[in-house]
Amino acid sequence: MDFNDTTEEAAFRAEARAFLEAHCKPKVAEKDRMNRSLRGLDYLKAAKAYQKQKAQAGFAGITWAKEHGGRGLPPIFSVIFGQEEAKFDAPAAPFAIGLGMCLPTVIAFGSEEIKQRYVAKALSGEEIWCQLFSEPGAGSDVAASKTKAVKDGDDWIVNGQKVWTTGAHFSDFGILLVRTNPDVEKHKGLTMLIVDMKAPGVDVRPIHQASGGSDFNEVYFTDVRIKDDHRLGDSGQGWGVALVTLMNERLAVGGSYGPDYKEIMNFARSASSPTGEGSLMQNEAFRQKLADWVVRAEGYKLAKFRTMTALSKGQTPGPESSIGKVINANQMMDISNAAIEALDHYGIIDDPALAPIDGAFHQSYMFAPGLRIAGGTDEILKNILAERVLGLPQDQRADKGIAFKDLPSGR
Amino acid sequence: MNFDFSDDQKSLKDQARKFLADKAGAKVTRRVLDNAEVSYDEGLWRGVAEMGWLGAAIPEAHGGLGLGHLELCVLAEELGRAVAPVPFSSTVYFFAEAFMLAGSEAQKAALLPKLAAGEIIGCFASSEGPGAPTPSNIQARFDGAVLNGAKIPVPDGDCASHVVVVAKEGAGVSLALVELDQPGVTRTTLKTLDPTRGHAKLEFKNAKAERIGAAGQGWELAEAVLDRAAVLIAFEQVGGSQACLEMATEYAKSRYAFSRPIGSFQAIKHKLADMYVAIEVARSNAYYGAWALSTEAAELPFAAAASRAAASDAFYMCAKENIQTHGGMGFTWDVDCHLYFRRAKLLALQAGSPAVWKEKLVRRLEQRNAA
Repeated sequence: MDFNDTTEEAAFRAEARAFLEAHCKPKVAEKDRMNRSLRGLDYLKAAKAYQKQKAQAGFAGITWAKEHGGRGLPPIFSVIFGQEEAKFDAPAAPFAIGLGMCLPTVIAFGSEEIKQRYVAKALSGEEIWCQLFSEPGAGSDVAASKTKAVKDGDDWIVNGQKVWTTGAHFSDFGILLVRTNPDVEKHKGLTMLIVDMKAPGVDVRPIHQASGGSDFNEVYFTDVRIKDDHRLGDSGQGWGVALVTLMNERLAVGGSYGPDYKEIMNFARSASSPTGEGSLMQNEAFRQKLADWVVRAEGYKLAKFRTMTALSKGQTPGPESSIGKVINANQMMDISNAAIEALDHYGIIDDPALAPIDGAFHQSYMFAPGLRIAGGTDEILKNILAERVLGLPQDQRADKGIAFKDLPSGR
Repeated sequence: MNFDFSDDQKSLKDQARKFLADKAGAKVTRRVLDNAEVSYDEGLWRGVAEMGWLGAAIPEAHGGLGLGHLELCVLAEELGRAVAPVPFSSTVYFFAEAFMLAGSEAQKAALLPKLAAGEIIGCFASSEGPGAPTPSNIQARFDGAVLNGAKIPVPDGDCASHVVVVAKEGAGVSLALVELDQPGVTRTTLKTLDPTRGHAKLEFKNAKAERIGAAGQGWELAEAVLDRAAVLIAFEQVGGSQACLEMATEYAKSRYAFSRPIGSFQAIKHKLADMYVAIEVARSNAYYGAWALSTEAAELPFAAAASRAAASDAFYMCAKENIQTHGGMGFTWDVDCHLYFRRAKLLALQAGSPAVWKEKLVRRLEQRNAA
């Protein structure tokens, strides 16, 4: 057991570090990161420039095959770059979904012409991609998507609505899961298309979140025409294509978000105990809770080291990595809640000018409920752990053997 | 990054699992559970000694296998999984570690070879009553030659031949070695939540004793022994937790209610997924503890506390939810769920309750931040 890189990994890490030092600013505080909107045009410009530099230096598509402009390295090198990148203020976020999920799907299912057209431009940051799966009536049950595509000559005509689309407002293209045959079972009537987000009939509207911000969008499709050569996989095989996209979601390493145990510990030293004398840090109940947070945060970090070890030996990560979000989203909720409650009545004030650490705990408190839902709800992730890791049988399904159009939808 | 056990260590684990599947398991544990006259299984103990496990981390010069602590962690996980009814932890994690840490060359030469061969059983006595022992509340008194006082409860104190006692000496605390087979020692077997492991009250009246380590250094030494033992106990807890999860999973696949396997219900799935997450957190912390223990890293006190806090919570949760998953059957004497539920409590309380280790964890985090 050791925590050291192999010679090859160490060399790569040094190379990554040198690149990042040359091209990125030092990391900013969590509160500033949280307060920064991804909607600014300047940020997007900087992000595109950074992605181009990454591509030129060989740090884009680290695991992708060389024929697709990648570097053909095992997943561990991608993790190493991610670790180093996280130490800087690197504007990489706008590309996470496109390069992490969409393009691997395009590479797996696209024709030669499609790959020629799209892969290099995505990798160099010239074009940004988003993923259009969730719908108002298809969240956890995303195979219930009903956005409709009807064949018209060589075109598909798309009508319907997608929701919770991260980055739709700055994306150039998206992979779009559509219903092409409502007369067969739900999973068998789906098709995956590539959509031009600037095409006529595509209407992107920001969602006003419960937290007050607008990080996601809804996307409306009205008679949007898509050429059949922009289909990924066969017509009716869209669910199999979507599963490949979702599998790649696991490889996009999910970190924590919001103030962590170290930040609440800092806060606790100066905050007073809610129930008596001394500081919050001296409060026994707080210390016991803090220990639980430490154990879970360190446990998650160390579990990732175990995954890295497996990756280092050339293995692919399985659904085990789903534990991360189950741990982190709840922990984010608990830590922010504890900090706010420790303030007693004053805790209700979320004005950054008056609240501790510029209101970061309050912001985290309001964002955490979303994190428990995004990217698979806690409940869906637990189903995945139970079924794919522990091997428990699938739930009894009410949609087997029934054509999609005849399924009950509660409305 | 190589945060995993080596192939050799994994094959030792497989070997241990096979051996214990054959020589231990519920049937052996139940022989001790159902017989108030015995506190451990002698046949299994002899087998464990013959395998060389008692001396896994003891240097070859002192009669051990000289493998190391990572190997010992692997064995601990398997012993925990098997709910093994043997005084392994007292003898190896506490007694042997105390001597390897603080024993004189003469003491090591006299005791460790016998311990590795299974000729002596060691134990470690700290508690004297309800609540956690502290340097100030300890009453047992050592004067450099004899020991007076009482210790309760002492794990495996009813079957051990030797004990290391945490006792006052002058104004400080020292560690004292006492041979239990002598007129100055009275042992009373205790009734406990886990009868598959013996516990005793030990009373000392001018019992002959010798010091281990320097006078007045006993508390620091005891803490260091506890840290080492904490990592090893955490592995037993992880092994026990994993066994509970596997039992519950198997049952959930085969037990039908409402004409379907109960494991197809989300209420059961989510329970088992929560157990899985708790075990992953505990296992990962325990691996860190194993690394710190095997490399004598400065992080050991922090890692030991984290290992123990995570593993105690995980085993408690897995043991109780294993019963719940089994429904009424889980509450019968004949189904093995309660063996784990009992052992989970024993391991959570031995050498400090979860609250004690959580407080240690936070204190050590503060010290680390201050440094």
